Amino acid sequence: MTTDALTGFAAALAAGQIRIVDLTQTLTPDFPQIGLPPEMGQSRPFRLEEVSHYDERGPSWYWNNFSCGEHSGTHFDAPIHWITGRNLPNNATDTIPVADFVAPACVVDCSAESARDADYLLTVDRLTAWEAEHGRIPAGSWVLMRTDWSKRTDPAAYQNYDETGQHTPGPDVDAVRFLVDERGVIGFGTETIGTDAGQAAHFTPPYPCHSFMHGAGRYGLQCLANLDQLPPTGALIVAAPLKIRRGSGSPLRVLALIANGA
Amino acid sequence: MTGGVRRKNPILKTRQPTLPPALRSRVALGMTAGAAVGRLDLQQCEQCGTVQYPAREVCRSCLSGQLVWRPQDGLGTLLSETVSRASMELYFRERLPWRVGLVQLAAGPTVVAYVHAACAAAPADVRVEVALDRAGQAVLVAMPLDAAVTLAEDPRLHDMTCDPTHRKILVTDGKSEVGQAMVRAFAAAGASQVWVGHAEPWKQPPGFAALAELPQVTLVPLDVTDGQSVTELAGVIGGKVDIVVNTADHHRTYGIAGRRGVETAQAEMEVNYLGLLRLAQAFGPALRGRAADGDAGAVAWVNILSIFALANFPPHGTYSAAQAAALSLAQCLRAEMRPAGIRVVNVFPGPVDEPWNQLVLPPKIAPKGLADAVVKALKATVEDVYPDPVARDWLERWRADPKTLERELMAASPSSAG
Repeated sequence: MTTDALTGFAAALAAGQIRIVDLTQTLTPDFPQIGLPPEMGQSRPFRLEEVSHYDERGPSWYWNNFSCGEHSGTHFDAPIHWITGRNLPNNATDTIPVADFVAPACVVDCSAESARDADYLLTVDRLTAWEAEHGRIPAGSWVLMRTDWSKRTDPAAYQNYDETGQHTPGPDVDAVRFLVDERGVIGFGTETIGTDAGQAAHFTPPYPCHSFMHGAGRYGLQCLANLDQLPPTGALIVAAPLKIRRGSGSPLRVLALIANGA
Repeated sequence: MTGGVRRKNPILKTRQPTLPPALRSRVALGMTAGAAVGRLDLQQCEQCGTVQYPAREVCRSCLSGQLVWRPQDGLGTLLSETVSRASMELYFRERLPWRVGLVQLAAGPTVVAYVHAACAAAPADVRVEVALDRAGQAVLVAMPLDAAVTLAEDPRLHDMTCDPTHRKILVTDGKSEVGQAMVRAFAAAGASQVWVGHAEPWKQPPGFAALAELPQVTLVPLDVTDGQSVTELAGVIGGKVDIVVNTADHHRTYGIAGRRGVETAQAEMEVNYLGLLRLAQAFGPALRGRAADGDAGAVAWVNILSIFALANFPPHGTYSAAQAAALSLAQCLRAEMRPAGIRVVNVFPGPVDEPWNQLVLPPKIAPKGLADAVVKALKATVEDVYPDPVARDWLERWRADPKTLERELMAASPSSAG
């Protein structure tokens, strides 16, 4: 049966019946990095330094050294990232079951609300309204919050700081609890720089998506792109972080598989 | 932009820089050491008190070897002068005629000095100053007694200075308080263009937005931790910059025990050391190529370092280490810029009155005071600047005995408090 399913899958891919959408931002030094108060430890932004470029440093080859924090560009958050998930089994990038790296996605379109209000918070009411239209969120699926934030190519508009901090949309406390406790999602994904809202440091508890998702062994995806190309249901997400020993996360290539016509 | 700025004829070859004769004996470099900070030092005999010039191994009066370099006021009489109209030296051939004179110093010796155009004909009262020429060596200049007359006012002597007036300046980080003050100081000093580098465009510190309202200012993206960013900006303005002022600084206040891991120290090295290296690789060659480019060619490279570069200040221990690395690299940069006559000016402020020095007791130099000192240094001919009393005090103690200073600074270490 498995062989048949894969044969059919390969045939569908070859026939163009399955479309692959890249949900990944390009890794560049210009892409905004998460900012913390300057006295705290900082995650290094993505940097690329040339090793050789068909020159005296290596006549026939071009290659670079790159460096970055685990949480750079489009990236995956493992449960060990947060103190709530620190003692869970299989909580790091090298020990998470690989089966979790392929999972279906529910896409909640919050782009209109986010355009009106940069501090828009996804609520339980909004999620149940989505379910009324598209069906119950299946256990083990990703919930991806579409805000069209990835279309903000100006880094300042993407970060959206003012003197009170960052203003970007995200889930409220109850919505996170609902997704974790009542729907059993595998994780939560956003187009913004964090899975939590920009002002989530002031929530109770602070950073609820990090706190509850990772405390329950679930994952995070952030800085996603092209969520506007996904159907509300039916997309299959391939999101495998680098196998860093005891890694708290990693940049990664996130792909969505969609049946054509979905 | 064109008003007041002469543009060169593009069909003419850009001149290559030439340098005045640069060879000095080891003992004569003692005068260069004083000139580096703008101080006229002459040899004086500890035995008989004779002041002598030129420098020698022994006292010309009593043959004692106990000679020390002592600051001089330079007052004297211009005895005679001549105008040189021919020279085998390329540097002088391009600048003839050249006024040279003999000055009898009140302190004793008679010296050969360049004579400023504003000096009256001999015999005349003059004040001999020391200056660094474009080869970076000490030369003596007879100035009129009127202290308001500057070296730059004599067109022959002007190119010993790096006067920012009418020049195009890059301030590598204009977001910090020091960077903002630097931009304002150069605008006030008459720079024709100030490019203001700014990293992380989503961060808007207070005061930064107002800089863009200055007519000379153009904001340019520049992150010295990103080689591509540095290269891209050099590709746009590298061939235009006359003076690079590197204000990029990452300052945290930890020693070894006070901060786990190396993330903070790495960030300090990325900005203060590797940032300078990236800038020097990207902008250095273009500056060298334009060192004789008309009336306002490339002239200088300014590094805002810290007095902590000389000796480690344990409460800011990893920052001191990054500053020491930056100083060492700045010395390499100076050596590599020397053949073009580009002056590398290293500035060593004591604690600056900025947020990371909140817990350092006054006196602290204000960002504006630091910026004004940089402009003043460029108008003069110095290459090492100790702009405030704390810096000068440290320098004096470091010169007297680095080990003593090291031990005194250990007392400032937080871990020694108990």
